[in-house]
Amino acid sequence: MINLLLFPIIIPFFFAIVLLFFKEQVRIQRILTVIGLSASIVAAFSLIMKVKQDGIQTLTLGSWPAPFGITMVSDMFSALLVTSTLVITLFVAIYSFSSIGEERERFFYYPAILFMITGVNGAFTTGDIFNMFVFFEVLLIASYLLIVLGGEKRQLRESIKYILVNVISSAFFVITIAYLYSIVGTLNMADIGQKIADIGQPGIVSVIGVLLLLVFGIKAGIFPLYFWMPGSYAAPPVPILALFGALLTKVGVYAITRTYTLFFVNDLAFTHTILMVLALLTIVAGCIGALAYFDLKQIIIYNILIAIGVILFGVSLMNEAGMQGAVFYLIHDMLIKGALFLIIGIMIHVTGTSNLREMGGLIKTHAPLGWLFLIAAFGLAGIPPLSGFVGKLLIVQGGFEHGQLFGTIVILLSSLIVLLSVIRIFIYAFWGEPVALQPTNRKTYKHMMFPTVILVALSVLYGVGTEWIFPYVSDAAHVLLDPSSYINAVLKE
Amino acid sequence: MELLMAIVAGILFTAAIYLILSRSLIKVILGTGLLSHGAHLFILTMGGLGGSAPPVLIDGVTEFADPLPQALILTAIVISFGVTAFILVLAYRTYAVHKTDDLNSMKGNDEHD
Repeated sequence: MINLLLFPIIIPFFFAIVLLFFKEQVRIQRILTVIGLSASIVAAFSLIMKVKQDGIQTLTLGSWPAPFGITMVSDMFSALLVTSTLVITLFVAIYSFSSIGEERERFFYYPAILFMITGVNGAFTTGDIFNMFVFFEVLLIASYLLIVLGGEKRQLRESIKYILVNVISSAFFVITIAYLYSIVGTLNMADIGQKIADIGQPGIVSVIGVLLLLVFGIKAGIFPLYFWMPGSYAAPPVPILALFGALLTKVGVYAITRTYTLFFVNDLAFTHTILMVLALLTIVAGCIGALAYFDLKQIIIYNILIAIGVILFGVSLMNEAGMQGAVFYLIHDMLIKGALFLIIGIMIHVTGTSNLREMGGLIKTHAPLGWLFLIAAFGLAGIPPLSGFVGKLLIVQGGFEHGQLFGTIVILLSSLIVLLSVIRIFIYAFWGEPVALQPTNRKTYKHMMFPTVILVALSVLYGVGTEWIFPYVSDAAHVLLDPSSYINAVLKE
Repeated sequence: MELLMAIVAGILFTAAIYLILSRSLIKVILGTGLLSHGAHLFILTMGGLGGSAPPVLIDGVTEFADPLPQALILTAIVISFGVTAFILVLAYRTYAVHKTDDLNSMKGNDEHD
């Protein structure tokens, strides 16, 4: 019993409510947002320390004993994700000060971000499957506001699609929970895991596994279900795109990882083979998209798909190296995708277009931006000692240990395509003949560079400091691979 | 009784899918409404309808209704109510800006090549 694990959920929620009262005072909104997020980050870091020291932390709301009340559970995996979510949000919020425009700021932009973070952190922390649905809805409703905020013609068109897809996926989520409840008669995730292990996962449970993959796959954007993502994510302004790309897809990945390591572990040959095949197809689809477009946003959005494929491939292996790699790569990808979206936001701000063909020679006028992009691009592709390398190395190691030669080679080849796709941006935008630029405010540019530089620096540190971070990642992977430790922490207090 | 409820939920799903596959935006939204109704009815049915007695108030009752699915439905109904209200307003704005509610004329990626 510890309340600490609620703080990263409650603090953003509280500040979001307070912000609603300062609709017109943009300056107060900005200050409160930074204070709220910083306070949550402090709470999240102390949560990591607590989990590292004392193992999995649980809290049952209202002090109902475990399988009956709603349980909140913080293991290392969820604590790490909560922390990186908050860190990225803080820098995206600072970046928004100079780029999102006062019009949007006055229409509840910051409260929407904070409500979304409440939902994201809640979904990471909850130990109750229906409560997870509720937190999904919290973050979705906030994201509906964010995606349509501004009301441009294109935004309206894409929002409709985004919302319809998510409403249908939510209905599927409810249906799946109904199936699950009719079979195991409980909603507590630890209890579900135990009951499924007791009845030995008959066929119907595997059907539920596939249904859950469908529900979470729509959110994460895995292979046949990613169709809505490139269009919808490209519609809102870049800071919102950065939040969606870095956080929302990862909630889906988290949910898949959690259910596929806690519930459906008795018929790996069926469920995890499906997961592996879909992960590989996601990588292939992402590679094709990343090379096909000349639009900055589209290229990076398709890179999200590749990363999701790589992470889920690591999860589907279900061995130690693969799982450690997946956890490490998941956090790496949150940081680096956040950073990359912020960088292309600056490029779009400077050039006034997101079309690569209309860019060129930026290295002459904006050299630091060029080098920053190159570092982030190398980090994304996984060139040692940057952060993408270690995660991918572990996933590849896990793949070979599992005997999955073909899949592992696909992962390795995808790294080359990732490198090619981002270097293509570098060549087109930074090399070549300089094109005439619209005069832009140099001060805005500097203000946008500040959070971006820090985020890239964090991702570099994450790669260079692997030795120091690795014990945490290995703790997280250990709990994922050993569901009984999660179940015991929740049910036997 | 469970069988009947399952069939009703199935009919709701059928109607919902028919509406969602149509081209008119407003019909699609009505379809999502029916879809969530179907899902709510389904969750009630899958919990087992049990008996008519209240579950906790009297000792020794065996034929009681399971309260948990009812609590779940209540939450889900509130959520789908809010989302439907939001999406209706959004559909109106989209109609006002795009001058059409035909989804066919809203597709396409205009800017990138």
